[in-house]
Amino acid sequence: MGRYLIQRFGSMVVSLFFIVTITFILMQLAPGGPFASEKKIPPEIEQQMNEKYGLNDPLHIQYFNYLKDVAQWDFGPSFKYTGQSVNDIINRSFEYSLLLGLESIFLALSIGVFLGVIAALRHNTSVDYTAMVIAVLGISVPNFILAAALQYFFAMKLGVLPVARFDSFLHTILPAVALATTPMAFIARLMRSSMLDVLNSDYIKTAKAKGLNERVVTYRHALRNAIMPVVSYLGPLVVAILTGSFVIEEIFDIPGLGAEFVNSVTNRDYTVIMGTTVFFSALLLVSILLVDLLYTLIDPRIKFGKEGGKS
Amino acid sequence: MKKFNKFLLFSLIASLVLVLAACTGGDDEDTGDNGEETGEETGENTGEDTGEEAGGDSEQVLNVNIKEEPPSLNPGLASDTTSSSVLDQVFEGLTRIGPDGQPVNAMAEKIETSDDLTTYTFTIREGATWSNGDPVTAQNFEYAWKWVLNPENAETDYAYQLYSIKNAQKAKAGEVSLDEVGITAKDDKTLVVELEQPTPYFLHLTAFHTYYPVNQNVVEGNDEWFTDAGDTFVTNGPYKLESWSHKDKIVLKKNEDYWDAENVSIKTINMFMVENEDTALNMFNQGELDWVGSPFDSVPLASIPTLKEEGKLNISPLAGVYYYAFNVDEAPFNNKKIRKAFAMSINRKAIVENITQGGQLPAMALVPPTIWEENEEGYFQDNNVEEAKKLLQEGLEEEGMDELPPVTIHYNTSEAHAAIAQAIQDMWRQNLGVEVDLANEEWQVYLDTMGNGNFQVGRMGWLADFNDAINFLEIFQTIGGNNYTNWENEEYASLLEESRTITDKEERTSVLKEAEQIFMDELPISPIYYYTNVYIKKDYVKDVKPSAMGSINLKYGSIEK
Repeated sequence: MGRYLIQRFGSMVVSLFFIVTITFILMQLAPGGPFASEKKIPPEIEQQMNEKYGLNDPLHIQYFNYLKDVAQWDFGPSFKYTGQSVNDIINRSFEYSLLLGLESIFLALSIGVFLGVIAALRHNTSVDYTAMVIAVLGISVPNFILAAALQYFFAMKLGVLPVARFDSFLHTILPAVALATTPMAFIARLMRSSMLDVLNSDYIKTAKAKGLNERVVTYRHALRNAIMPVVSYLGPLVVAILTGSFVIEEIFDIPGLGAEFVNSVTNRDYTVIMGTTVFFSALLLVSILLVDLLYTLIDPRIKFGKEGGKS
Repeated sequence: MKKFNKFLLFSLIASLVLVLAACTGGDDEDTGDNGEETGEETGENTGEDTGEEAGGDSEQVLNVNIKEEPPSLNPGLASDTTSSSVLDQVFEGLTRIGPDGQPVNAMAEKIETSDDLTTYTFTIREGATWSNGDPVTAQNFEYAWKWVLNPENAETDYAYQLYSIKNAQKAKAGEVSLDEVGITAKDDKTLVVELEQPTPYFLHLTAFHTYYPVNQNVVEGNDEWFTDAGDTFVTNGPYKLESWSHKDKIVLKKNEDYWDAENVSIKTINMFMVENEDTALNMFNQGELDWVGSPFDSVPLASIPTLKEEGKLNISPLAGVYYYAFNVDEAPFNNKKIRKAFAMSINRKAIVENITQGGQLPAMALVPPTIWEENEEGYFQDNNVEEAKKLLQEGLEEEGMDELPPVTIHYNTSEAHAAIAQAIQDMWRQNLGVEVDLANEEWQVYLDTMGNGNFQVGRMGWLADFNDAINFLEIFQTIGGNNYTNWENEEYASLLEESRTITDKEERTSVLKEAEQIFMDELPISPIYYYTNVYIKKDYVKDVKPSAMGSINLKYGSIEK
C-alpha cells in the first residue's frame, strides 16, 4: 500500500510538471498582455510595470522562477487586482465553490442513486419510465437554461427564494439544484443499468433462493456491487462540478473559483491563469487518487499493487 | 441484520450532512479567525441596524451594483471605472465635479491662479480631517502625487494624468529627481502647483482620483494599506469604507466628520458585485437593487427597448465617441476622398435607432457635443450616398483604380460591435458596391492586431479623461499610442502645440476648432456615434446623475420613500 501511494504521488508530480510547462508555453503564445487596454499606457510606465513583474526577463528565467514558486505553492501576485496574491484569490473563492460543489454532489448522488435503484427494482413499470424521463430531461437540458428557468420561477414569479448571491442556506438551493441536475441524471441512468445487471446475476438468485429477505438482498448484496460504476464516475464528477460551475456562478452571482478561472484568461492575468490551472489540476489528481482508494473500501477484492488488482 | 443496514444508511447520510454543516461552520470560523474580518461582519450588522433605525419614513440606504471586484482601491494605482466609482465616494480631491458638471471647491477652500495659468495655489480647507482624526494637509497631497510619479512605484498606470504638472513626465521616466516636480507644500495648508503649460482644465483634473491625497501617517511603509477595509484604510471623503468582502460586496457608511456632512443624505451605500447583467436586472425588479446601468454596470441590450417603452430608461450624454479607424497605409484608405466616401455612406441614424438604442447621437465630428455643443451638427451630412458615390469615383480616378479592392472590418467580440459591423457591411456593400468581410477577434488579440497595423478598418472608442476638446484631439497628434490609423499631419500637430500656450479661452477654442477642421477634412477615422449613460433607477432615488465623464457623486443624492 505504502509503495503504491509513493508511486502514485510520483506520477502526480510528473503530471503537474507537464501541466505547468504546457500552460506556461500556451500562455506565452497567446497574443496580448496583462497591461493592454483600450487606453494605451505611456511606454515608460509600461516598461516599469514589465520590469516589476519580471516580464522583461528571458523566457527560460521566467519559467524557472515560476517553477520554483509553484513548488512552494506560491503563485505570486495578481496583475489585475493590485495588492492581492493569487493564493488569496484562490483561498477566498474556493470556499464558495467547495460549498456549492459539495451540496450539488450530495444532491446528485442521493437523488441519482435513489432514482436509479427504484427504476431498476420496478423495471418496466411506470416508476421506471418516470425516473428515466426525469433522467433524460436532466441530461438534455443544459444547466444554464435550467438555472435561468429556476431563477425565473422560484425567485421572480413565486418570490420564495433569493434571485442571486450567496449569503445564506436559502441562497444556495437554486444554484446547487441547477448544477446537480445533469450529473444526477447521469448517475440515475448509470445506477439503473448496473443495478439491472447485478440483479440478474447468479449470486443474487442464490441469495433469493436461500430465502433471504428482499431488502437485505437489494441493499446489502446488490446495491454494493452496483454502485461501483458510480464511484468511478465520482472523480471526474468532482472536478467537473468545481470547474464547470462558471456559468452557474455567473447567473447566481457566486464569487467562486470558476469565474476567476475563466476571467483570468480574458484579462491575461498570467499568474492567476497559472495558479488556477495548477490548483484545479492538483485537485483532479487528488480526487482521482481518492476514488481509487475508495474502491478498496467498497470492494475488498481489489488490492493495490497486486496482479489482477485494479489500480 | 435489517436494523444494522438501516443504521448504516442513516449514518452515511448523517455523515454527509455533517460534512456539509462543517463546511458552513468552517466559513464562520474563518471570519472569526481574522480580526479584520470580524470587524467587517459586526460593522455590517450594526450598519444594517442603524439603517433601519434611521429608517421609518426615510431609510437612507442605496443599493447599487458595481459589477466586479474593484481592481485597486489605492487612488494612485486605480485605472478603471469600477475602482473610481468607489474611490469617488470615499476620497476627495482639491476639487469635486458638482451637479452641473463644473468643478467646485472640495478639500481646497480657496484656489488662486496666476495670470499665465501655470501656477495654482490651493488653500486646504480648515477642519478637513481624515477618518482617523488626522488633519488633511498640503503635504498629504504632495506625498500622494509624488508617490505616483516615483519611477520605483511601477503599477501606476494613470501616472500620465499628472503629466500637466511641471517635470512630472520627466520624473516618471527617471530623467529628473522628484524634487524638481512642480508640487510644493508651502506649509500645512498651502499647496503650490506649477504646470508645464497653461492648462485651462486643471481644476477638472484635480477632481480625478489620481489626484486624491493619501494619509502619509498610515500609508508610508505599509504596502497593503488599501487591500482591505480596516484601520489602515483612512479616507477623507463623504463616505467611509465600512467593509469590503472581496468579489462580493462593499459597504460604505456616511462619514460624520466630513466637512460637508450636513449636506450628505444617504447614510449607507451597499455596492454589490453582480457580474451578470440579466441577474442584476432581476435583482432590480425584485427590489434588491436601486440602480442598474451607467456608470456602475450596464443595462442588458436586449431589455432596452422594453424599458424604453415603459418609460423607465434614463439617458444622459457621455463625453465619448465610437468610431471606425481607417489604416491610411492600406489601400484603398490611403486616399482621402475614398475615406470620406466610406464615412459618408454610413447611415448613423439607423444604427443608433435600431442597434444601440440607448439614445446615442450620430457623430459627424471628433469632439463630442458635451464639450462643443455645435458638434451635434458635425462636419458632413449623415448618410449622404450621392456625395459618397461622387467622392468614390473621384478617389478611384486619382488612384488609377477601376474598382475597390475587398475591405475587412475588424472588431472585438461583443454582441453590439458585431451588429454594428454587420449593418455597416451592408451599407457599404449597397452604397459603394464594395466587397466587405468581417473579422471578429477576442479583445487582447484585437488590440494586438490593431497595434501592429494589420487591419484596414477597425472599431475603436474613446471616453474622455477630462472634459476638454484637447483630450480627443491629442490622440491623433502623433502615430502610436492610441492613434492606430498611421495618420499624421504637421499642421494639425503644430496647431495643437500652439493651443497649449494660449491662455485666452476663446482664442484657444478657435485654434482647436481649426485643428478639428483639418482632421475632419482628412478623416483618418469615421465617427459613428457619441456615447450616452443609460441607466434605470428606483423613483425614490433623487438627485443622483452620472456625469458626462462617466463618474457619479452619491454625496449629492438622497432617498425619498
